[in-house]
Amino acid sequence: MIPRNGLRWFVLAGLASILAATAATACGGDDDDDAQAGATAPAATATTAAEESPTAAPTPTPAITAESRPVLPATVKDKDGEEITVSDISRVVVLNGDLTEVVYALGLGENVVGVDTSATYPPEAREKPKIGYQRSLNAEGILSLQPTVIIGSELAGPPAVIEQIRSAGVPVVLFKTVSSLDDIQRKITDVATALGVPNRGRLLAQQTKAEIDEALALAAKATSKPRVAFLYLRGSTVQTMAGKGSGADMLITAAGGIDAGSEAGIVGSKPLTPESLVTAAPDVIVVTTSGLQSVGGVDGLLQIPGIAQTPAGKARRVVDFDDQYLLGMGPRAGKALMDLVKALHPELKG
Amino acid sequence: MALAVSELARRAGHARAHFRLAALPTLAILLGCAVLLNLAIGAVRVPPSAVLGILLDHAGFSTGLEYTPQQEAVVWNIRVPRVLLALMVGAGLGTAGCALQGIFRNPLADPGIIGVSSGAALGAVGLIILGVSPLGMWSVPAAAFAGGLLLTLMVYALSRRDGRTEVVTLVLTGVALNAIAGGLIGFALFYATDAQLRNVVFWQLGSVGGATWPNVRPAVLAAVVAVVPLMRYGHRLNLLALGEREAYHLGVDTERLRLQVIALAALATAAAVSFAGVIGFVGLVVPHMLRLMLGPDHRRLLPASALLGAAVIALADLAARTVVAPAEMPLGVVTALAGGPYFLWLIHRTRRAQGGWG
Repeated sequence: MIPRNGLRWFVLAGLASILAATAATACGGDDDDDAQAGATAPAATATTAAEESPTAAPTPTPAITAESRPVLPATVKDKDGEEITVSDISRVVVLNGDLTEVVYALGLGENVVGVDTSATYPPEAREKPKIGYQRSLNAEGILSLQPTVIIGSELAGPPAVIEQIRSAGVPVVLFKTVSSLDDIQRKITDVATALGVPNRGRLLAQQTKAEIDEALALAAKATSKPRVAFLYLRGSTVQTMAGKGSGADMLITAAGGIDAGSEAGIVGSKPLTPESLVTAAPDVIVVTTSGLQSVGGVDGLLQIPGIAQTPAGKARRVVDFDDQYLLGMGPRAGKALMDLVKALHPELKG
Repeated sequence: MALAVSELARRAGHARAHFRLAALPTLAILLGCAVLLNLAIGAVRVPPSAVLGILLDHAGFSTGLEYTPQQEAVVWNIRVPRVLLALMVGAGLGTAGCALQGIFRNPLADPGIIGVSSGAALGAVGLIILGVSPLGMWSVPAAAFAGGLLLTLMVYALSRRDGRTEVVTLVLTGVALNAIAGGLIGFALFYATDAQLRNVVFWQLGSVGGATWPNVRPAVLAAVVAVVPLMRYGHRLNLLALGEREAYHLGVDTERLRLQVIALAALATAAAVSFAGVIGFVGLVVPHMLRLMLGPDHRRLLPASALLGAAVIALADLAARTVVAPAEMPLGVVTALAGGPYFLWLIHRTRRAQGGWG
């Protein structure tokens, strides 16, 4: 008897929820009006972030010679070389943390209506609705935020979901990922172009490049050339060493160090083994702050087999950085590189 | 013969007889409700009248009901393909599980037992790690589909001797090849980049979120080609339940039956896994739940498994895409977390009521 009741209950619950949904939509109506109200009207009312919001504390926002308000429609080339037109940036959904940082640094943080789980900087970005992880997006969830434009990296997906969003008439602009220091400027100007603020983008990119160059100049003065290993740690289960082609390799080399992982023949990143550590023989170990915490600080790190035997382990030379700061490859890249240079070359602190 | 089967069914107790008669219509109504809910509810608000208008207009009627282009895109390009894929995945896994439990005469058999799931996973993971896409967006589904069918074929071929297979040999061969496939997946993962690892993890958690019209059509076709023919094996599976030899003497070619059912179940599962990733639990538990409710007659169990499997995946996907909106929960997580406790309760209740397995 009970199964029948169970099923009947199911059916009743189903009908009840249809009714509830009907009631909810009946009084909810459609919220399109709000979206239009926020759109940048062609009138002279500067609605969008003309006043530099005091975001991105370490990144000075571009000077006033930049656009006081976005110039739209903007046309931008996508990663596939397709031209995409953006005509309204009142509601921006950003699909990864690096790009979120760029949007805020451009002074458009107010327009952001959704971010992904990797958006940790600036702090106010954490308050925005989370759309999940950039590789497993949900089309309808993103559309429910009523975005007028969506920007992301080429990693965003699955591809079918991107297609679904485009079919609803919302422009989705996906950019190539950064693979060299020079790409950072391109990333900033691309995002700025897509959002109708190319001058702000140019200024921000110039400033970022100046900071990167300053760090490179300091690195050139270094007399030491330490072997550096970047370890990605997530507790005792996930422990990998970065190698050739990783963002860490690029930064360590730029900072005047030798990437010990690449030297040890690692491509991409590989699980940490005592042998690979001994082969790499790093003088300095670089980790992310959260990674270091996950293994219980420097003392915990030294418990990992093989670490204590390396020169870095013996000398306790462990440097930790916030991962978004060190690897974000955005407006703060120059500052992060400078910090890395100083951490790798104690002789420069003169 | 049929007499003996109905005798068996009768012994399962009169209390459930009413429900059993109404079971298929009830499940069909449940499924209908699940589909309606999926079309009407989502992160984007679309009034029911607009949903109705969109569906009817696409069916060729001009209703004059009002809706925006965005609502049309959400309902027609996102929700409809998604619910269709959910139905085909659920029906495929449920039916395949039911048929395999009948063939192996073991309620613990699931589609994974014949190697199809790990073969599909190996195909998909291999392709993700190689980073090639010879067939564009079809590459991963195609590789998974081929991998699933190939490994099943190997399990069957390696179990066959003198034109015969035995259940025990099949199960053990399946265990061995599943282990090898698992090892190869691990080997592939060792060479993966972080990005590829994440793709693999999300693929393995299962999702029907990638459903679009172009990829739903072949998926539905594959499911229909596999699921519909399986419905015709109910009577033979009932005879097989009496025992291998008994069924043979009653005129069932047991070897052919095994080959055909395994092939169809592999096809259904491979199609489901290749488009939606690995979704556990449904293929094992849905037929089992129905057996507890309806008794052991496969003629009823097979269609019921298809209906309930489809309804379960549709409802699970509804939860997956609304509970944490605007983000999305992986489907496999929902089926396991919602289905597990319910199944546990059902087991305990059945044991209390019958003092064992009916």
